[in-house]
Amino acid sequence: MNHLLEVENLKVSYGGIQALKGINLSIAAGELVTLIGSNGAGKTTTLKVLAGLLHPASGKLQYRDRSLLHVPAHRRVVNGIALVPEGRGIFARLTVEENLLMGAYIRGDKAGIADDLERQYVLFPRLAERRTQLAGTLSGGEQQMVAMARALMSRPELLMLDEPSMGLAPLMVEKIFETIRGISIQGVTILLVEQNARLALETAQRGYVLESGAISLSGTAGELLGSDAVQQAYLGA
Amino acid sequence: MEILLQQIINGLVQGSVYALVALGYTMVYGILGLINFAHGEVVMIGAMIAMTVLQALLTAALTPVLAVLLSLLAAMAVCMALGYSIERIAYRPLRNAPRLAPLITAIGVSIVLQNLAMMIWGREYHAFPLPFNSTSHQLGGAIVNDVQIAIVIIALLIMSTLMWLVHRTRMGRAMRAVSENPAAAALMGVDINRVISVTFMLGSALAAVAGFMVSANYGIVHYYMGFMLGLKAFTAAVLGGIGNLRGAMLGGVLLGLIESLGAGYIGDITGGFLGSNYQDVFAFFVLIAVLILRPSGLLGEKLAERA
Repeated sequence: MNHLLEVENLKVSYGGIQALKGINLSIAAGELVTLIGSNGAGKTTTLKVLAGLLHPASGKLQYRDRSLLHVPAHRRVVNGIALVPEGRGIFARLTVEENLLMGAYIRGDKAGIADDLERQYVLFPRLAERRTQLAGTLSGGEQQMVAMARALMSRPELLMLDEPSMGLAPLMVEKIFETIRGISIQGVTILLVEQNARLALETAQRGYVLESGAISLSGTAGELLGSDAVQQAYLGA
Repeated sequence: MEILLQQIINGLVQGSVYALVALGYTMVYGILGLINFAHGEVVMIGAMIAMTVLQALLTAALTPVLAVLLSLLAAMAVCMALGYSIERIAYRPLRNAPRLAPLITAIGVSIVLQNLAMMIWGREYHAFPLPFNSTSHQLGGAIVNDVQIAIVIIALLIMSTLMWLVHRTRMGRAMRAVSENPAAAALMGVDINRVISVTFMLGSALAAVAGFMVSANYGIVHYYMGFMLGLKAFTAAVLGGIGNLRGAMLGGVLLGLIESLGAGYIGDITGGFLGSNYQDVFAFFVLIAVLILRPSGLLGEKLAERA
């Protein structure tokens, strides 16, 4: 299979502590892949390395058969990689629309940006109502929508989502995941990090289980949902 | 009544200059969480460059307006290059150092620039060769001259342009995004280093204009002039709420007024015991009062501890 993203033996250390102990994973174009695991397993660290916010100690990071290792974070968006960070990272003192325009920062096509802006407002009608409101005044779910819409404004090939369900009411979680499926159907490759393992595996096609900085299991979502180890550790069965 | 009006006019003029300088402090603070104590020295360098260029141009028999304009542009260009270099050389290597390190470095840069200026221009006061007479006008018993009117109008123009730039352009949006969350801004494709450089250059350009203004108003320049002006503009930025652009403008004008009214009436209030030479005391009295009573300043939000 031809992979969009390939990670090989990736190691990351924070001040002497090894957060990632050499992980391997790959994602093909168009796939929806999830990375599950408990708190502190290294999920967010993995995404931060992929987005360029953290630098690995060693390992390979290939995107479209080119190494990303020396590409700074602000150039990776240009390559088509977008991250919706943990805690959303919205700009609270900017309006909703300004947040979305920040997502299109790398683009110069005014007409295309205007079109995409309208597309986001169709996808998230709630945001259309609040376009002139400061993003910091929105509810958690609305902020998650801003973060996702903002990431989509860069027209990503690979969209990485860090805990999109965190702190949201069940109804809102459902809505967000419905949107994620919709984005996937439109052909965007997605890497989804989630603590809610059942929801993640029900949404994704394939999955990886991260345990104390190493991949302990991988397979199709169905296989992982059926596996005893996953059931015991993450699904509470 | 004439005294009151006169002091208000003086306060507005001086306050306009404070506001321009305070904007430089507050923009850098907003983006880096750093008090750039060398900023006052950038104002002084701007004044020195303007004075030098103006002198050279006048011997070249240019029209006064053209000479003023060119010397102002030269001062802005030099100060922008200076601001860019200060950040590049002194602050960027310390980006992730403990906060005290860049603060002490800023004081170091300030001393270096002062001494550099002293070596180039000497310790003496220089006359600022304004190539035209600033006519004085009567205004309800008070006196205001052309230079003072120009200072207030130009300051207003510059401040509205800056507000437009920060709130209506792509670069301004990126500046606000970086000041709020640098990592998220990088994820959007913003080159943070570039935004920081632009911020320093903008602030320094404003400093150059301010340097030109004080020199034209008082008619003299001196290598030490940036020190007190810088401290007062810093006070103005704190008064308005450091990190907040509107705060810097409000704080600047208010501080100008407080100082000028204070100096005008301190003699009456103390029965002649203290004179207007105590003018400088007011700025620092204001600084202490703000830090005790309202550390976040007039328009500042609650100060979040920055890492």
